[in-house]
Amino acid sequence: MAESLAMAHDPHATNSGISNFKLGFWAFLASECLFFGTLISTYMVYKGTALVGPYPEEIFNILTTTVSTTILLFSSLAMVLALHFVQQARKGMAIFWLGMVILMGAGFLFMEAQSYLKYIGYGLTLTSSTFGSSYFVVTGTHKLHVLVGMLWMGILAWRIHRGKIPPAKSEQVEIAGLYWHFVDIIWIVIFTLVYLIP
Amino acid sequence: MSTATLEAKHTSTGGAHGEPTGLWSWITTVDHKRIAVMYFVTATIFFFIGGIEAMIIRMQLWNPESSLITPEVYNQLFTMHGTTMIFLVAMPMAVAFFNYLVPLQIGARDVAFPRLNALSFWIFLFGGIYINAGWFMGAAPHASWVGYATLTSTQYSPGPNTDFWFIGLSIVGIASIAGGVNFITTILNMRAPGMKMMRMPLFTWMTLVTSFLLITAVPVIAVALIFLGMDRTFGTVFFNPVMGGDPVLWQHLFWIFGHPEVYILILPSFGIISDIIPTFSRKPLFGYPIVVYAGALIGFIGWGVWSHHMFTTGLGPIADSFFVAATMIIAVPTGIKIFNWLATMWGGSIRFTTAMLFCIGLLAVFTVGGLSGIMHAAAPITLQQHDSYFVVAHFHYVIVGGVMMGLWAGMYYWFPKVTGRFMDETLGKWHFWTTMIGFNLTFFPMHFSGLYGMPRRIYTYSADLNVDLFNQLSTIGAFIFGVSSLIMIWNLAKSLKSGEPAGHNPWDASSLEWAIPSPPHHYNFPELPTVQSREPLWNDGERESILAVTMGEATTEPHMPNPSYWPILLAAAITLAWALVMTGVWWIILLGLVPVFVCTLMWGLEPAFPEEH
Repeated sequence: MAESLAMAHDPHATNSGISNFKLGFWAFLASECLFFGTLISTYMVYKGTALVGPYPEEIFNILTTTVSTTILLFSSLAMVLALHFVQQARKGMAIFWLGMVILMGAGFLFMEAQSYLKYIGYGLTLTSSTFGSSYFVVTGTHKLHVLVGMLWMGILAWRIHRGKIPPAKSEQVEIAGLYWHFVDIIWIVIFTLVYLIP
Repeated sequence: MSTATLEAKHTSTGGAHGEPTGLWSWITTVDHKRIAVMYFVTATIFFFIGGIEAMIIRMQLWNPESSLITPEVYNQLFTMHGTTMIFLVAMPMAVAFFNYLVPLQIGARDVAFPRLNALSFWIFLFGGIYINAGWFMGAAPHASWVGYATLTSTQYSPGPNTDFWFIGLSIVGIASIAGGVNFITTILNMRAPGMKMMRMPLFTWMTLVTSFLLITAVPVIAVALIFLGMDRTFGTVFFNPVMGGDPVLWQHLFWIFGHPEVYILILPSFGIISDIIPTFSRKPLFGYPIVVYAGALIGFIGWGVWSHHMFTTGLGPIADSFFVAATMIIAVPTGIKIFNWLATMWGGSIRFTTAMLFCIGLLAVFTVGGLSGIMHAAAPITLQQHDSYFVVAHFHYVIVGGVMMGLWAGMYYWFPKVTGRFMDETLGKWHFWTTMIGFNLTFFPMHFSGLYGMPRRIYTYSADLNVDLFNQLSTIGAFIFGVSSLIMIWNLAKSLKSGEPAGHNPWDASSLEWAIPSPPHHYNFPELPTVQSREPLWNDGERESILAVTMGEATTEPHMPNPSYWPILLAAAITLAWALVMTGVWWIILLGLVPVFVCTLMWGLEPAFPEEH
């Protein structure tokens, strides 16, 4: 759907039928998979190697993390709706749902920041143990990605408001969506491997 | 610079599509051909820096117990020699060829993301300068190019040495990932009509495989460097054994990147000679699909062999056996390629140009390195050879004898396309033979000094070891090799100025880059040609129909990307932001991200192409 819309307006048809921007972005996401794969693998390798506490099972609160995870996952729905309304040329709704994406991202970051503060209170820091180092670097890198995504959504909303993203250019939003969904999926992996597996 | 004047002279159409000249036009250029030239020049300069480091090392090793330089300086020299030659010479020089040739070989007007391409170059340049900046503080990186933990920890490397290394390398890594994304998209998306995947020249194929390796391997070292940086700057304990960190994890991460990296280095050269050998044998490449599949297979298996660098860490017999087997298996596709090249030459009418000599030299010398590689693929043998000069001999045979010889072959072969002039063949043959003699004299004796027990990365050796003679031969060889490089530079300068003019297809080659004028128009193809076969310029009829399209001038203004100064600004901002990590202060580091954000935003808002309405 979106492809055919974009292609109809693209004078340079590509061999694959996917626009350069989108194909390049998929390649970038492939690279990101290895990036997060290495991070998460390191966490797994260091699981149970912490010489001093606090240990994961002592501090993780599955309930809080489940709530923040749910918020983040629902932001993907808002993302889908935002793209839909960009394609329908309904600026107001598109900006509203992009705002919801940002809001839910902020909610996720807020809750996670609270958890961070609590863990630091328990004595878990970047330097306290292999668990502390790998936990904060892995999840922190993911939070940086969320933050970048929120900035991106903000810029898109501003450009939609200025009328710079008509339906023909909705691919810009679609690709930001690819990024956002990717960051969500990475969180599902982190949530499962870091929090759910004892 | 004179390339610019040549191009300007050639583009005599004047008016609308004349090409701008001057320094500013190079700084803001997004033309893949100019970026290629800048990559090549920069990599050649780094080649001389790395070469001088090597020659000082060889002078120190001329006799036992020498005190020409201190152990600390020696550590810096071999670290910077390795880091420079791998990351700032071999990789970017291959990227110079990717840049120049891929769009021409597939019949495109530029790469998919021209500004990203410029960004890659500037990031590489600034990162390369950054890694070398340690020299000016007398504190160049000193923990070897593999940077094993815990030699890089703040305890054992308290100065800024290792900071220059991890920051510089992580900057350069961004360029590699961006380049990989760019060439994958270019090759998959921007081929001319009729240029099916299985009609692409081998060099483009190998660029594609290499690009996939780049986007998958470089993030792994990026993470390892982030861990190292966090350890050094913020006191995390990733590689701190006292706190339960595992130094062997660094080795795994480094080599998970490092072994695909070996194929990132060699596959472009394999691609280059797969294009040159058929031309000078006047025969199509023997078993084209097999060479393609073998290259892709090398890319895949290359991911499963990393631990053969780590047999001495004691991974246990099961892991060792797996990696021994995988390492031996990867020799098979490589061997297939060697036989395909030999079979291409077999029965051909061979022209022994300098480019062809370098290809043949590669086949001979690389095979020696490949065979010693299979020797220490076996774990028990590695236990004996590990960290000895035997290993130094092995990887110089594959990287100088394989990678660099291939790149030099490509230099002689495509120089006429880039400049419109031939390189001097007499000087070229001097270059080739002094390279062959100097190279083999340097590295062949190292097999022996290594087997006699001389360890690598040690600033001197004892007279009792009886390796004086081998070391002196190596040192003499290194200086002959140094002379050969001067001959090469002399040849480049002379040919650029007064080389014989070359036509559009001086070697009578078959691929698309030879269907356009030398040097090409900045828009490459006035109209996109239609390709009907694997050797379009060797088929009567097809050749004429292509040349009729490609040799003319563009009649309408070609739709070319805008020049932009954001790539160089963003590259500078990224370098600054990374450099500020050295301060170790949170708010300064965060502040450093502001220019990156601003440049990225401005870049995003700037139109990449002129608006068309």
